[in-house]
Amino acid sequence: MSGANPPLSLAFKFARRELRGGLTGFRVFLACLTLGVAAIAAVGSVSSALVEGLSQEGQTILGGDVDFRLVHREAGAEEIAFISQGTAVSKSAEMRAMAASLRTDERTLVELKSVDDLYPLYGSIALTPSMNFGDALAMRDGVWGTAVEPALVDRLEVEIGDVLQVGEIDVQIRAIVEHEPDRVAGGFALGPRLFLSDDAMAATGLIRLGSLVNYHYRVRLPEGQRLNADVAAWVASVRENLPDAGWRIQDRSDSAPGVRRFVERVALFLTLVGLTALVVGGVGVGNAVNSYLDTKRDVIATFKCIGAPGGFIFNVYLIQVMALAIVGVVLGLVLGGITPFVVQWAIEDMLPIPARFALYPAPLVLAAGYGLLAALAFAIWPLARAREISATGLFRDLVAPARALPRKRYIVSMVLALFLLAGLAIGLADRMDFAFWFIVGALASFVGLRFTAMGLMALARRAPRFKSPELRLALSNLHRPGSATASVVLSLGLGLTLLVTISLIDGNLSEQINGELPDRAPSFFFVDIGPDQVDGFESIVHEAGGVRELNRVPMLRGRVMSVGGVDAKDIKPAADVAWMLQGDRGITYAADLPAGSELVQGDWWGPENETGSLISITEEMARGFDIALGDEITVNVLGRNISATVANTRNVDWGNVGINFIFVFSPAALQGAPHTNLATLVMDEAGELDLQRAVSKAYPNITIVRVKEALEAVNKLLEDFAMAVRATSVVTLASGIIVLAGAMAAGHRRRVYDAVVLKVLGATRAKILKAYVWEYALLGLGTALVAAFAGTVSAWLVVTQVMEAPWAFLPATLSVTIVSATVVTVALGLVGTWNALSAKAALVLRAQ
Amino acid sequence: MFFHVPDPIIRLSDLKLTLPSVAGEVNILRGLSLDIEEGEAVGLVGPSGSGKSTLLMVLAGLEKPSSGSVQVAGQDMGTMNEDGLALFRRDHVGIVFQSFHLVPTMTALENVAVPMELAGRADAFQRAEEELKMVGLSHRLTHYPGQLSGGEQQRVALARAVAGDPQILLADEPTGNLDGATGDQIIDLMFDLHDKRGTTLVLITHDNQLAEACDRVVRLKDGLIDGVAPGRRALQRSVAQ
Repeated sequence: MSGANPPLSLAFKFARRELRGGLTGFRVFLACLTLGVAAIAAVGSVSSALVEGLSQEGQTILGGDVDFRLVHREAGAEEIAFISQGTAVSKSAEMRAMAASLRTDERTLVELKSVDDLYPLYGSIALTPSMNFGDALAMRDGVWGTAVEPALVDRLEVEIGDVLQVGEIDVQIRAIVEHEPDRVAGGFALGPRLFLSDDAMAATGLIRLGSLVNYHYRVRLPEGQRLNADVAAWVASVRENLPDAGWRIQDRSDSAPGVRRFVERVALFLTLVGLTALVVGGVGVGNAVNSYLDTKRDVIATFKCIGAPGGFIFNVYLIQVMALAIVGVVLGLVLGGITPFVVQWAIEDMLPIPARFALYPAPLVLAAGYGLLAALAFAIWPLARAREISATGLFRDLVAPARALPRKRYIVSMVLALFLLAGLAIGLADRMDFAFWFIVGALASFVGLRFTAMGLMALARRAPRFKSPELRLALSNLHRPGSATASVVLSLGLGLTLLVTISLIDGNLSEQINGELPDRAPSFFFVDIGPDQVDGFESIVHEAGGVRELNRVPMLRGRVMSVGGVDAKDIKPAADVAWMLQGDRGITYAADLPAGSELVQGDWWGPENETGSLISITEEMARGFDIALGDEITVNVLGRNISATVANTRNVDWGNVGINFIFVFSPAALQGAPHTNLATLVMDEAGELDLQRAVSKAYPNITIVRVKEALEAVNKLLEDFAMAVRATSVVTLASGIIVLAGAMAAGHRRRVYDAVVLKVLGATRAKILKAYVWEYALLGLGTALVAAFAGTVSAWLVVTQVMEAPWAFLPATLSVTIVSATVVTVALGLVGTWNALSAKAALVLRAQ
Repeated sequence: MFFHVPDPIIRLSDLKLTLPSVAGEVNILRGLSLDIEEGEAVGLVGPSGSGKSTLLMVLAGLEKPSSGSVQVAGQDMGTMNEDGLALFRRDHVGIVFQSFHLVPTMTALENVAVPMELAGRADAFQRAEEELKMVGLSHRLTHYPGQLSGGEQQRVALARAVAGDPQILLADEPTGNLDGATGDQIIDLMFDLHDKRGTTLVLITHDNQLAEACDRVVRLKDGLIDGVAPGRRALQRSVAQ
């Protein structure tokens, strides 16, 4: 007789017959898969809606088909002439400035934006009351008009018709801006928007030599030339014809790269969190398959007795499991697929970026792939074991688990499925390194928790015989064959580890922003202090009470043109320092080593070095760009190339929020370059508002950033982000709890029987209950302690190594996690065993 | 001169038990009265459905009668709640089931120690080990029930039942799941323990011969006592006297 497996078609037939028995016992299986797949599908669908929205609305977000940005200077006549050929060009200028209410005498930092008559080239601006935008900004009765964001009205306690002072002019609030089409591309805002006309901006006197102004020239190409390829070709011709313009060119195909990257990275992180939920759910999948096979032992034994080979049995049950997996995946896809529409219904108005809510097949296909691979990876082991064990062995697996490992090909298949799962996650990530380390971390936690479970069982086995029979019983239940210890530790542990990690990172960032930073940070940053204003400014500061420390440095903006003779565009720097080449960076010059800096290589130039053109850079930059002492760096400042020789490198403590720059020139290098000043001031909080008022009154052009307010803005951003992350990590925990509940439910029949036998032997219900409480409490506590440890290590690595921020241990966060996990485990355990306590002994004994 | 006649250790009076079923109420015990003296071995026999096992459940406090009274070891079991009954069993009753009813996730030693652990006895494990030795299982202490043969499992159950020195040993067809030779070993062991410790034994069996090995044979039919006869032991005792 042939030893070959019967055909697969027969396996399908057998599987179909078996499935007629229903899906009892597969609730946890389905719940785990559905939840994990739904989370991944939802994250993918929502992020697709956001990215697609950014892409579709590219013109509106960018304000044109192409945007040319220049810092400090306006475009020259030749440049404007070139980009204006056959196109429409709208010019705007953006800068930070102070606005003061003449009526309420309140002052605040604003994001000033001046526009011409063509603004906006795409989209429309919504005003209240509804009026022509040009009319809102026009001069009326000798006063310029302005339109402002609602936040400004609240902050200055003003209303429409009130007059504000901006720089040297008064402007009247004519309208409130309800929607600004190109706001997203503007990036992070420290203050509310205030619009002015071009002429009004010129009249403010705020634009001085060296003032930090961004000039935008937004171009609308002629109709018929707006395809992405046409736009790219046009941009290429501009680059070719005006190679030295020094502007940053962006086209509408990637209108808000920063926002897009942010959305994609948050989506990547949330997808990985979803994947963790799926892996946690995988434990539930494995348990469910195990339990299912447990109920099928007689059938399997019978199959074997009548000549079914092991491979055939494996196929029959694999088909059943995968059929159920498809059901779970489809349910997850339905839930995940409709999430964008739920988001649209619930919070579309609150979204800061436009979204295109639709059904996106790509993330759904990906989520389905993840789900099926996870189901396969976790089902293979129990299926392969059932295939290996002999018919008689099947009856004894509960108390004497077979030591036999599945055949090599099944182990290889399982490892392959897991690799595919990880490979898919890493391969599709735009930050592969991040995905890789996340998966390594999750894997390490998984293995660590598996060992923890084994350790916990070994400890329970070796524990001394306690006097309390309840405690002894609890300890015995932890290590007995068939105990739920491994499942519970794995399922709850992984979710908890992730939650602890996220909570601690979030807690550390909050601690930085709310705790340490305000203590160490200055009260104010003063930007754009003109050289002629320095004396007056300092005397105002010294007259104010409560001033503790004033630091002032010259500040310029410059763009790196070449490093060591290599043109900037040809340099391939390390990824973490690439940003240093992008756009203009702040630069300064100093005679002495700045505070907060520490020399690493070379010597600081002495006062005797009065003519040498030298530069000091950070050690991080030197490493990232492979720069050695003696190399030459050329920086373009206000259109002039300035070259300097690298004299030394520094380590900078960025955490002190003082004044520090990557590039510090020797005074001789920047002699004569027009510059403004940047100052920081540490003072008592009580006098802050008075000083702000005094400086703003005397020098309306000086931008005053009150650190307290800026930190509040950052905090708000961080809170929103943390909320999204926490919400997703709760999915992992929920998955863990489902698996936990499943593991508890799987042991329910045994619990009822144990409880009845114990009652027969004289145990009271209180004693049995106490034993269960001990057991679940030990299990929950052990798991929580390990999760707290693993989560703390992960968070510490992220905070100190990735974010390079100081670490704060947060015992309160950990305690809450540990106590909650223990309580949840005990509660879930007791819910499951309540019936066991009230079971009628005679009925149970008769049924056996 | 008056002789003190001790109260019976088990006194059942007009015991009735009715259980609901889909087809209507089923009268399992229908007014059964029976006294069992301390140290006596009583064999309960009768056809299937005669109420033997139910009677044993009632004696163990695992089933509540619909009416009538159950007095065991001087206590009225009708006045006890579930936990009171559990404590009563712990202190006075040992039970051996046909299906053994060992806790599958506990070793032989742990299974035997459980009732003594529950009673807070410090020597629970030492005592359990001795009991297992007594039933010939000193080499199986750390084995789980699934790793033991049927006869071995029943010996563990027997050791567990007598480990706490109960006044009453209830055995529900203890050889029902065993082959003849193994069954005989168990019965010998059980009577041996009964003799050595003076435990009152209530033995339910289908095997008339086995029942006749007791002091008294009580025959049940349709929930009532159909007949009582002296067993071989009583006869041997009277011959000896």
